[in-house]
Amino acid sequence: MTRPLARLVTVIATATLAITAAGCSSGTSGDSSTASSLSVGFVAEPANLDFTSTDGVAIPQALLVNVYEGLVKLDQDGKIVPLLAESWDISPDRKTYTFHLRDNVTFTNGKKFTADDVVFSINRVKTDWKVSLKSAMDVVANVEKKDETTAVVTLTKPSNSWLYKMTTRVGAMFSRDGVADLANKPVGTGPYKLDSWRRGDAITYSANANYWGTKPKAGKVVLKYFKDATALNNALLTGGIDIISAVQAPESIQQFSDTSKYEVIEGTTTGEVVLSFNNSKAPLNDKRVRQAIRYAIDHKALLDTAWAGRGQLIGSMVPPTDPWYEDLTNLYPHDPAKARDLLAQAGQPKLNLRLRIPNLPYAVASAQVVKSQLAAVGITVEIEPLEFPARWLDVVFKQADYDMSIINHVEPRDITAVFGNPDYYLRYHNPKVQELFAKADAGTEDEQVAAMKEAARIVAEDAAGDFLFLFPNLIVAKKGMTGLPKNLVSESFDLSVLSPSEA
Amino acid sequence: MGLYLLVRAAVLVVSTAVASVVVFAVMAVLPGDPAEVALGVNATAEAVAAKRAEFGTDRPLTTQFLDWVSGLPVGDFGVSYVTSDRVGPQIVDRLGVTLWLVLFGMLMAIVVAVPLGTAAAVRHRSVGGLLLSGLSQLGVAVPAFLAGILLVFLFAVTWQALPSGGYTPLREDPGAWFQQLLLPSLSLGLVQGAVLSRYVRSAVLDVMREDYIRTARAKGLGLYRALWKHGARNAAIPVVTVLGLQLATLLIGAVVVERVFTLPGLGSLLLDGVANRDLLLVQGTVMVLVVAVLGINFLVDVLYALLDPRLRGAR
Repeated sequence: MTRPLARLVTVIATATLAITAAGCSSGTSGDSSTASSLSVGFVAEPANLDFTSTDGVAIPQALLVNVYEGLVKLDQDGKIVPLLAESWDISPDRKTYTFHLRDNVTFTNGKKFTADDVVFSINRVKTDWKVSLKSAMDVVANVEKKDETTAVVTLTKPSNSWLYKMTTRVGAMFSRDGVADLANKPVGTGPYKLDSWRRGDAITYSANANYWGTKPKAGKVVLKYFKDATALNNALLTGGIDIISAVQAPESIQQFSDTSKYEVIEGTTTGEVVLSFNNSKAPLNDKRVRQAIRYAIDHKALLDTAWAGRGQLIGSMVPPTDPWYEDLTNLYPHDPAKARDLLAQAGQPKLNLRLRIPNLPYAVASAQVVKSQLAAVGITVEIEPLEFPARWLDVVFKQADYDMSIINHVEPRDITAVFGNPDYYLRYHNPKVQELFAKADAGTEDEQVAAMKEAARIVAEDAAGDFLFLFPNLIVAKKGMTGLPKNLVSESFDLSVLSPSEA
Repeated sequence: MGLYLLVRAAVLVVSTAVASVVVFAVMAVLPGDPAEVALGVNATAEAVAAKRAEFGTDRPLTTQFLDWVSGLPVGDFGVSYVTSDRVGPQIVDRLGVTLWLVLFGMLMAIVVAVPLGTAAAVRHRSVGGLLLSGLSQLGVAVPAFLAGILLVFLFAVTWQALPSGGYTPLREDPGAWFQQLLLPSLSLGLVQGAVLSRYVRSAVLDVMREDYIRTARAKGLGLYRALWKHGARNAAIPVVTVLGLQLATLLIGAVVVERVFTLPGLGSLLLDGVANRDLLLVQGTVMVLVVAVLGINFLVDVLYALLDPRLRGAR
């Protein structure tokens, strides 16, 4: 008899029927988004929710400004404006900052935000933070509470960059009773609080009912994470999400060309896509070779080919949203003949260079163009993609075992870190530039702008790297969405200003 | 039968042990320090050293291995470097998604393959039969993720009939859960079904030529009835074997398909784990996959013995 088999067949048949039946009944459940709920698609999911112990841009992108707030924040033009501090005074020697705090602020655990929390949060960076960013607080000599709403910070030396760093995750204010489980349970003062996090899928925020400031427009926000760029685009096309926070493949934007349905926003980011040189190692320790490479690259053509023309050409390591921006794109116009001359002068008419890049789309696309453009002036480029982040960090960043690389330096105002530190992987050592950075840090606002401008120009003239393009801020949203940020100036994605179409 | 099962079980245990060594060794030689990846670019040497001590990656490899492997039999996979949570529950959490996907994929494969393969066998001399074979050939050539992309384009983007991805747990919303699983399991099932149908076809063809079928038909049974009453069990033996092997392929295929459909299953856990160098998480996930595949093979062997009495006497 065939009884076991017959049973198997029966089971399968029943299951199939059940599935089909379920399929019929579920046909009605459609779009779940309501007027006050928003769904935003991202690519990089936080590894955990604790940016004090884990690096990576995904954590502050989700949490900063939305869940955690600092004393100050950056506005759309890159200016430092009040947040939890209503105002602040700087002493004449520029070493003492007195912050006057708002007195109507509470954490989501119900505790009132006071100067004690400021002291706690700043000191905690020095004592408990693990990530390298904590060095931003090294310059703080002392922080103390003057009264409930006044906190005084004393620096060891004047530092403009310190106040700026206070707008980043380092400046986030924590509750003294809210740091027990930072990886899973963030406690902040922001407009949103964490509802749930389904790992590998989505983070859900709901509006903080006791928020001190303007209530967020959307009562509920879902941050959905997609590993695949196509899946992210499809989600907007099928109504699964309302906003693509950052389009991954610029050529895919054509899919959203129907302006009656979608809105495309293009602005700037703080990400400079740099063709980095190993400045301390032959042959790229020769300025003429570096200059030759800058002349050999047709940046306009590169941007058009590699990134569909989206993005902006920059001549140095400064995005237009920084106060010391200056258009330096004409310093090295495309000039292959001049490039060949310089190579001949340097005694390097035939050159072989290793281009060791992270295996990221923009780097791979740009590397192909760099290779063919450099071939035209007699430089043979060997492209080697390395797994990002682990392999690239180890080989290029840590060991500096490379000639050239391509990386999007996304951190805001990172020119000082990249070109001011001779141990950084570009191994660029220029005392004059370091001196200017120090001067900018210590001076008044005007002095800072002047010194930074000069430093940025020297770095560009010196050809310490080639600045391929400024990474674009490409957002696509359903038609009618308001509050979308044109320019990405900080490391956070501000959700509180977004408003659904029919709100 | 007893000895046969004993040998199979021994093979299972030894393979698992060997696999644990291989998995650990591969992770150990993987370039990239978990502590450095966690701390980011400008971490000081002291901070990295402290993190290594916290992770326990500063200990000798043999110690690390013994520590890890000794926990496995009781389901203790250690603590994730990145989330500081226990690895075991994380895997269980994601396994649910992947198992549903594999189960549905398998069902769809069977639903596609058995009628298709049988029809192709019965009509193997006609144009229709040839067409069916050709169709399955095409299905075999298409990778599951490509099928997924095509299905999304058709059903989700063009016709807006089904969601393009995402996952809702069954207990939250069964309707959404089913809709979101439909396309991913279909893309797995279609491809696997095409492969399977070829085996069904050849199995049925073989059985059709057997004397006992001819006898049954001579007694007056119709072809399909004869096949069902006398042939099905015999034809099932090779098919069950392939089904078992395919279950393993499905599990691996699910890893890729999850990415296309943004399903938070084992596949995405694994990919994230590798990117973050969350070694214990990756080791744990891979071990679960390995044990699942070995376990499936073991079950196929057992099922084999049940279906074919001739094997029971053999070793």
